[in-house]
Amino acid sequence: MMLRSRLTQAAQAAQRAFSTSPKAMAAKQMTVRDALNSALDEELARDDRVFLLGEEVAQYDGAYKVSRGLWKKYGDKRIIDTPITEMGFAGIATGAAMAGLRPVCEFMTFNFAMQAIDHIINSAAKTFYMSAGAVNVPIVFRGPNGAASGVAAQHSQCFAAWYAHCPGLKVISPYDTEDARGLLKAAIRDPDPVVFLENELMYGTAFPVDDTITDKDFVVPIGKAKIMRPGKDITIVAHSKAVETSLLAAAELAKKGIEAEVINLRSIRPLDTATIFASVKKTHHLITVENGWPQHGVGAEICARIMEDQTFFELDAPVWRCAGVDVPMPYAKTLEAHALPRVPDLVEAALKVLGGKAGKAAAAAK
Amino acid sequence: MSFLRKTIPMLGALGRQHQHLKTVVGALPTSSRQYSSDPANDYANFPGAKAPFVSQLKLNLPEDYAPIPIYRVMDRDGFIADETQDPQLSREVVEKMFRDMLLLNTMDKILYESQRQGRISFYMTNFGEEASHIGSAAALEMRDLIYGQYREAGVLVWRGFRIDQFIDQCYGNVDDLGRGKQMPVHYGSRELNFVTISSPLSTQMPQAVGAAYAMKMKKGNDACVVCYFGEGAASEGDAHAAFNFAATLGCPVILFCRNNGFAISTPSHEQYKGDGIAGRGPMGYGIATIRVDGTDVFAVYNAMKMAREYVLKENKPVVFEALAYRVSHHSTSDDSTAYRSPEEIEVWNSVDNPISKLKRYMVHKGWFDEAEETAFIKDVRKKVLKQIAVSEKKLKPNWREMFEGVYAEMPEHLVEQRKELEKHLEAHKEHYPLKNFKQ
Repeated sequence: MMLRSRLTQAAQAAQRAFSTSPKAMAAKQMTVRDALNSALDEELARDDRVFLLGEEVAQYDGAYKVSRGLWKKYGDKRIIDTPITEMGFAGIATGAAMAGLRPVCEFMTFNFAMQAIDHIINSAAKTFYMSAGAVNVPIVFRGPNGAASGVAAQHSQCFAAWYAHCPGLKVISPYDTEDARGLLKAAIRDPDPVVFLENELMYGTAFPVDDTITDKDFVVPIGKAKIMRPGKDITIVAHSKAVETSLLAAAELAKKGIEAEVINLRSIRPLDTATIFASVKKTHHLITVENGWPQHGVGAEICARIMEDQTFFELDAPVWRCAGVDVPMPYAKTLEAHALPRVPDLVEAALKVLGGKAGKAAAAAK
Repeated sequence: MSFLRKTIPMLGALGRQHQHLKTVVGALPTSSRQYSSDPANDYANFPGAKAPFVSQLKLNLPEDYAPIPIYRVMDRDGFIADETQDPQLSREVVEKMFRDMLLLNTMDKILYESQRQGRISFYMTNFGEEASHIGSAAALEMRDLIYGQYREAGVLVWRGFRIDQFIDQCYGNVDDLGRGKQMPVHYGSRELNFVTISSPLSTQMPQAVGAAYAMKMKKGNDACVVCYFGEGAASEGDAHAAFNFAATLGCPVILFCRNNGFAISTPSHEQYKGDGIAGRGPMGYGIATIRVDGTDVFAVYNAMKMAREYVLKENKPVVFEALAYRVSHHSTSDDSTAYRSPEEIEVWNSVDNPISKLKRYMVHKGWFDEAEETAFIKDVRKKVLKQIAVSEKKLKPNWREMFEGVYAEMPEHLVEQRKELEKHLEAHKEHYPLKNFKQ
């Protein structure tokens, strides 16, 4: 709990420190949890084909309270508690989607979705193709993904790269309240199967919101990244909670006179390479940040895409990947903290990639 | 899935207070039902089970329970044992049943050979199970949705899938409804309410239950889902999930087990130790259950009628077990004489063959004409052989379709890949068999 509240405070402090737009001055705040909850509520109200199922989503309001109040409002038919059988309810949700409903299938955490991965990959992702377009599967698989804290290797891993590997799926990894609301609503309305990777540690974090974000028709387009902080010296690409680490690192770099541009990917598949390429053309330096493992990861994919594009010739230095350490997540608290990219790791990576230019920037800043 | 799933919420956003709250809430009765035992009559009323108390310690052995009986209408010789069980089908319907079974059988023999000759990559025959396909399909309405496993071609025959549609699918040509994207026998037809066959075993089971749940939600629903699966598929975790969800969610689905004795080479006595699949229904999952002789088309028909009526009236599932013998090899990738004797196969292919059984019934009725049967088989053979020649020569679907159907809207990278391939093929067309593909 200690670790948790410190992180939350840091995130909130970071948010306050970075935001200079009038938006940040708005009094209204909303947590990521409430963003997901309100998005679900609005989409359930908007389309009676939408329903939520999963373990403890109804009477208990969801293990992480994402579905709070929805069972009371929509009842047993729309908010369904299921037995503990991931492959069972993922299959049932897939079948219901094939038959024309729009299920939102909650996994208590994405770690448990491993039990159901055959339905996600072989059925949900491929049925539209294998039926030659006769049967589409409009479904959202959602739940917390990535490392939480203190729950060890089998409950701390990022599945972004796993699912992003598979054609037929769309993979979304929101960071803040705006992402969570806009992208979940877009996912539910999408005709294709969507894997929606939330982050448990972000649920309680509040971000400022304006009337646009709270509008019931607010959607964020799938497949478009967002520049969280503009900069001209180096590009930092991240997704999910790593966006927070990246923003904190950018603030540190700013103290050294380095202006980092932070890109929040939002969608892992389709991957918004256009935004990344445009940024690299401007900064000529790139680091990628993710809390998943490095091999065949999101950063690896970005490197490959750049190699295959003219953008490669815009680079003044090799790309640097900051990723989780290539081991199952340690349980020990100190080891766990060091197994994920931290702010100093990112700062060090940025300085190495910038090389001599970092020194010049520092001198200029003085 | 994991022992940790209950501890995670504790570490989660809401902390310990909520966990306490849950414990308290969990301890209170959530409905008016009271869980307390009545000491007066030694009857226990635990939330998990209601049963009498006993003071004699005893292991409940499988042999203490009688097996679920097997319903049949016709005996081996095609005589109806109990006239009240005669479904009283018209000559016209019985003849359609017989002809559809013959058609399936004849087409199977030729397509099996066509795989052996290397004309198609794979095939699965339906020998010995024709009655369970035709009998069940005949008792359903077209609006009922079918989820097959892979050996249910007879259901499609009954529903009107044409010889050219079967063969075009097996040849993956331009007229294949599946656009050449699946292996042979992975049929699907939206028009006939038959969901495209999916290769991974048993995944259709929870999906069928989900589809039935969706149907139940529709106002004035008058259709059910039928999910076919083998007794081997019933060992998958998905089968458990499907049974349990069908029961707990109250879904109008008939879980139709084609127990044909073999899962590829694994005989049913190695597959399970209980009383077949039917044995799991009433006691195991609390599901109404029927077990029938799957080689008796009338038994399957009557039982299916009853099952359909029940699932729609009660919004509850039925476990349906049709016992038969897989006369076929599992597929063209299998030679079953390696694990069973040709003599054993012969018994099931003659005395207990579902087609012969129906034929004997028709003979007693005076509805059978040997010359007509021969002519019908000859005609089907001719049609199938002719269709193979036609389907073989048909063009393959346009190669551009390879990029279609991944997403509702083709993403930019696939559009680009397709363009690249177009350019490549334009530049090097002499190296590719483009004339075999539709342009």
